[in-house]
Amino acid sequence: MSDPTSTWLPRPSLRFVAVWRRNLLVWRKLLVPSMLGNFGEPILYLLAFGYGFGRLVGDLDGMSYMVFIASGIICSSAMFTASFEGMYSAYTRMAEQNTWLGMLATPLTLDDIVFAEAIWAASKGLISAITILVVASVLGLVSDARALLALPVIFLAAFTFGALALVITALARSYDFFLYYFTLAVTPMLLLSGVFFPLQELPDWVQTLALALPLAHVVEIVRPLMTGSWPTSIWPHLVVIVGYGAAAIILATALIRRRLLR
Amino acid sequence: MGKARGKGMVGISQTPGPPLSAIRIQQLCKTYDGVAVVDGVDLEIASGEFFGLLGPNGAGKTTTLRMLLGMTPIDGGHVEVLGLPMPEGEREVRKRLGIVPQFDTLDPDFTVIENMRTYAAYFGLAGATVQARIDHLLGQVNLNDKRGARINALSGGMKRRLTLARALINEPEVVVLDEPTTGLDPQARHHLWRQLRQLRASGVTLVLTTHYMEEAQELCDRIAIIDHGRIIACDRPGRLIAEHIEPWVLTVGGPEAGTAIEQEIGHRDRAHQVADTWLVYTAEPDRLRERLRARGLEPTLREADLEDVFLKLTGHELRD
Repeated sequence: MSDPTSTWLPRPSLRFVAVWRRNLLVWRKLLVPSMLGNFGEPILYLLAFGYGFGRLVGDLDGMSYMVFIASGIICSSAMFTASFEGMYSAYTRMAEQNTWLGMLATPLTLDDIVFAEAIWAASKGLISAITILVVASVLGLVSDARALLALPVIFLAAFTFGALALVITALARSYDFFLYYFTLAVTPMLLLSGVFFPLQELPDWVQTLALALPLAHVVEIVRPLMTGSWPTSIWPHLVVIVGYGAAAIILATALIRRRLLR
Repeated sequence: MGKARGKGMVGISQTPGPPLSAIRIQQLCKTYDGVAVVDGVDLEIASGEFFGLLGPNGAGKTTTLRMLLGMTPIDGGHVEVLGLPMPEGEREVRKRLGIVPQFDTLDPDFTVIENMRTYAAYFGLAGATVQARIDHLLGQVNLNDKRGARINALSGGMKRRLTLARALINEPEVVVLDEPTTGLDPQARHHLWRQLRQLRASGVTLVLTTHYMEEAQELCDRIAIIDHGRIIACDRPGRLIAEHIEPWVLTVGGPEAGTAIEQEIGHRDRAHQVADTWLVYTAEPDRLRERLRARGLEPTLREADLEDVFLKLTGHELRD
């Protein structure tokens, strides 16, 4: 109370690991259905679009359409996985199961819990990215070790998407509320960020809009790394991703504090 | 932990030990939307005491507890737990506190034993010592044969017992229980009472809110009655009864009871109608009882208890 900065700047401690581990243990119990979701959907997209469209499209930016789309789907899949975790799963723990209230009876603080949830969402985004990377490698769509460098970028991006989802969770009164965010933010990002076709194909104003959102910047860094080259620029993109992530985690923590600790 | 507690018990001399007050609250205030829910509460709970906080729904019990635990921002006043100011000391305080919340916060994704282990991990506790402590606690609350059970498969009483066992994982110096026996059957309640008395005997400070007056009377060394955010009485249960209410209560029912009482009641007696029953609080029950019997009524006599004090101080109207 006495220090005004302490009320808005989250100060998580290393104790957050215990919360992250709790989520990991639950996930491990549901490993099979969970991994099926992680593998299944993006691979269906990859195969359906890749083979289906690939014939029609031919090469794009000097690579086969399959390679192009694989490097996009690895980004969008991380976004979806982290968003789902930060919304449906986190909301369940917050509002349905009172898991967070239980944690608040221990030395864990709200800052620890919200940070842990964002890191956990990032971890799940990373897991989905790794599965896609494995499948893409098996299909011969990845041939360069630089692809591994995409993983830390994806982890960072998934943290951002997880934290953004937690902002929505903080405001949600029911699960239905999440549809707004999916319809107004996630789906537009998926379609307009260069995942399925190059951003340059779109009108200028749409490109500007897309670049105001984080996913396009993730694709800009990850696609070159996945396809055996270096990104032309990294820092401008990273600044956007980190900026969104930092703002989102601060806002999510403040909003969830207002909601639970009133 | 045991050591620190022991020192507290003998440390009444000048030796610098743990603070003698486990909890100290001064002029505590909380306002929601312009309504003062807690309105200048002063409270001091001694180390090793079993303290009860009673009050009607919405009186400010839970809000007071939440501020004590650092789970609600304090609008005004000062709270110290185990000598540490709140909310600044929340992390340190909660390391040494056990909390049994009003609503179930057990983790339904885990079994009984996993709940205990996960909760221990939140305190940074792991390894063989904790495992031994978990075994001991589950034994104490009779849940050893439910170790592998899912939470949804437990009865209400079992869940409460598990919640208590979980709250003791860190060998707390203070245990705070918010309506721990609400919704339990009598067997489960008595079992829980036994656990709480054992804790009390081992030197743990206990703070309890409850709606059950006989529970508070049975368990607590001292009781505060809180209403409209203020403490309106605070003392030992026996002293509260002696101080605030006539020692005897005559209960009379029936359509004629009202007029009969009106005519026969002594000028120092108090009568109160609850639904179709009349309660007469009196110091001299024999004379009145005889007179009512003479009118063909069948009054029953009992000693006044804490519930009578509570109803006198907080009123008989319904609270929602």
